[in-house]
Amino acid sequence: MANHTHVQNPKVDVAYRRKKNAEEMKHQIISFTLMIFLTLIAFFAVGYEGFSAWFSVPFILLLAVVQVIFQLYYFMHMSHKGHELPALFLYGGAAVAFITIWAFLTIVWI
Amino acid sequence: MSTLARKQGVGAVIWDYLTTVDHKKIAILYLIAGGFFFLLGGLEAMIIRIQLAVPNNDFISAGFYNEVLTMHGTTMIFLAAMPLVFAMMNAVVPIQIGARDVAFPFLNSLGFWLFFFGGVFLNLSWFLGGAPDAGWTSYASLSLASPTHGIDFYVLGLQISGLGTLIGGINFLVTIINMRAPGMTYMRMPMFTWATFVTSALILFAFPPLTVALIFMMMDRLFGGNFFDPALGGNTIIWEHLFWIFGHPEVYILVLPAFGIFSEIFATFSRKRLFGYSSMVFATVLIGFLGFMVWAHHMFTVGLGPIANAIFAVATMAIAVPTGIKIFNWLLTMWGGSIRFTTPMMYAVAFIPSFVIGGVTGVMNAAAAADYQYHDSYFVVAHFHYVIVGGVVFALLAGAHYWWPKMFGKMLDEKLGKVTFWLFFIGFHLTFFIQHFLGLMGMPRRVFTFLPGQGLETGNLISTIGAFFMAAGTIVLLANVVITTVKGKRVGNDPWEDGRTLEWAVSSPAPEYNFAQTPLVRGLDAYWIEKMEGKKGLTPAEPLGDIHMPNPTILPFVMSLGLFISALGFLFHNDYGWGLPVGIIGLLITLVAMFFRSIIDDHGFHIPKEEVMEAEKKGAGA
Ligand code: HEM
Ligand SMILES: [Cu+2]
Repeated sequence: MANHTHVQNPKVDVAYRRKKNAEEMKHQIISFTLMIFLTLIAFFAVGYEGFSAWFSVPFILLLAVVQVIFQLYYFMHMSHKGHELPALFLYGGAAVAFITIWAFLTIVWI
Repeated sequence: MSTLARKQGVGAVIWDYLTTVDHKKIAILYLIAGGFFFLLGGLEAMIIRIQLAVPNNDFISAGFYNEVLTMHGTTMIFLAAMPLVFAMMNAVVPIQIGARDVAFPFLNSLGFWLFFFGGVFLNLSWFLGGAPDAGWTSYASLSLASPTHGIDFYVLGLQISGLGTLIGGINFLVTIINMRAPGMTYMRMPMFTWATFVTSALILFAFPPLTVALIFMMMDRLFGGNFFDPALGGNTIIWEHLFWIFGHPEVYILVLPAFGIFSEIFATFSRKRLFGYSSMVFATVLIGFLGFMVWAHHMFTVGLGPIANAIFAVATMAIAVPTGIKIFNWLLTMWGGSIRFTTPMMYAVAFIPSFVIGGVTGVMNAAAAADYQYHDSYFVVAHFHYVIVGGVVFALLAGAHYWWPKMFGKMLDEKLGKVTFWLFFIGFHLTFFIQHFLGLMGMPRRVFTFLPGQGLETGNLISTIGAFFMAAGTIVLLANVVITTVKGKRVGNDPWEDGRTLEWAVSSPAPEYNFAQTPLVRGLDAYWIEKMEGKKGLTPAEPLGDIHMPNPTILPFVMSLGLFISALGFLFHNDYGWGLPVGIIGLLITLVAMFFRSIIDDHGFHIPKEEVMEAEKKGAGA
């Protein structure tokens, strides 16, 4: 079906793709640095005596969520066009899982 | 490579089916295997009903009754209803969306063979020490105490076949998202395709909890784990939660395709567009979503407390609303239509009152306080048979009659079809209606016999008589299949003459490549639109050309066989020395097959344009 993707002028294509790739590379490096930084903070939060577990556990969970988002959008290209449906299913599944666990924590086991 | 005109020997045909990746042939495999397990489950049902025909009966022993009952439920849900649903989806959905095949033909075949070997494995238990005997729900407190290997067969067999179902579901999701013909927008998809789409999403999210539950159970029973054993710090209720987090969506996995099949049939034989198409789509999606929020209604009597029970009761009742929307839409589709009472339409019309009864008892069950009375009584047995037989089985029978010409090129005999219908319809209500009252009178579920003088004799006898009617209906259907196969006349593209969707635009059965030219879809009920404009065929969206097809392969069969052997080995690894090595060898077979799948560069083959044109002339596109 999809045999109409190779019809553009190849020269324009290459120039455009180069620019796009460079931009993407920049994003990936930035988010990669950020991810290493976040990991270091997480280690620090756990290691530092001054924080109680009540602070550091939710805190590193939050950092984990941010990391997952970076992973999905910058490394697995979910920000690109054509990924709307996978995103819908991902969030749908996450919502269902969340509601299920929430039900356990609030009404089923307590 | 075209097999159109070649006569083949038996061996070649068998090899063809073992290696096929064609969705139409896989549909036939699902139909045969699912049909076989349906007969097996039916036989088990007859044994149950004979045992319960009179009080204090000793037709079978109590222990054997438990095995038969468990295998009846498990077989019917996992090995009959599910694969038959997949048979319909494979036969129809790719053609309905104007595609040449599914997105992953290899996975399609893998899904079938995993289901098949899982089913065979489960039934091996009859010959290897005893079948599972803790009910199809296999609650951990009971199943951990079961002395035979039956439960282990249940756990490993369902694990393998469940993997196949998951793969099948993912394949249909991707197929429907990616393979639609030009112009086939989401809101132009036939209702059965929509149902398949939502069902596949439910499979994607509902089967993993089952997988987890089965792994826990496997650990507990075979590898010294203690997830469910309270004496060792486990929790037996976790099984129930995991099972029903899967189990309630599962009932919708079965019934949504049934809704889809009936939507097609109502529109076709009322010669009218489906009433309220967009509200139908909305209701289907909503049912799918709500289906995940109600699992605890199976556990009202476990003691979750009044707040949990109340919330789950209300959530459950909410599902009745989208279901009601659908019922009214079907009624309004018939309203003012010019109705033809063909066999599929008779099932469709009979489905409405039958399913409504099941829905009403469902809402009754959902009233948590009242459910303390109904729970584990024959009232619940009546409820779920009304929805599953009156909904799913009716739909599968209707769909089989409706799409039989598309799958095999011959019409099932209408007279015999109607005989089947009446026998089945009368038998169904005879069997299950009275069970509501048996339950209200206090007859508990899953008992192997009952005492005289408690007012239960007449009801049980009537119920057994009804079961014989259904058995007779099934035999007539089998005879119909044989007669049609031997004597039936070949039919053209649109044998019902009122076909609306794309599958009726191609020959019966469809050629290997489905469409010589990918069609351009110009609205809902694409084929009907072309017919109304006086055209014979579809508007093509591409010029005629070579058609790319996937190669057949035996690897899915080998992969599934490997898991089958492996499961057998691990099942016996605590009893015999050969268990562990056989288990490992089986896994190796699967891994080697996967390795070959990865390194062999298989680009498929092309059917040349000339061959396509010739096939079309010979009647493929007549
Ligand atoms: C209006 C819709 C429905 C409602 C409100 C409903 C409600 C319920 C409730 C509350 C129970 C638990 C009863 C008990 O064990 O005490 C139940 C059991 C059951 N329902 Fe439904 N239901 C509905 C539709 C369906 C459908 C469409 C199916 C299948 C196609 C289905 C299949 C079953 C099965 C198999 C069981 C018994 C499970 C077992 O314990 O083995 N139900 N239903
Ligand atoms: Cu349920």
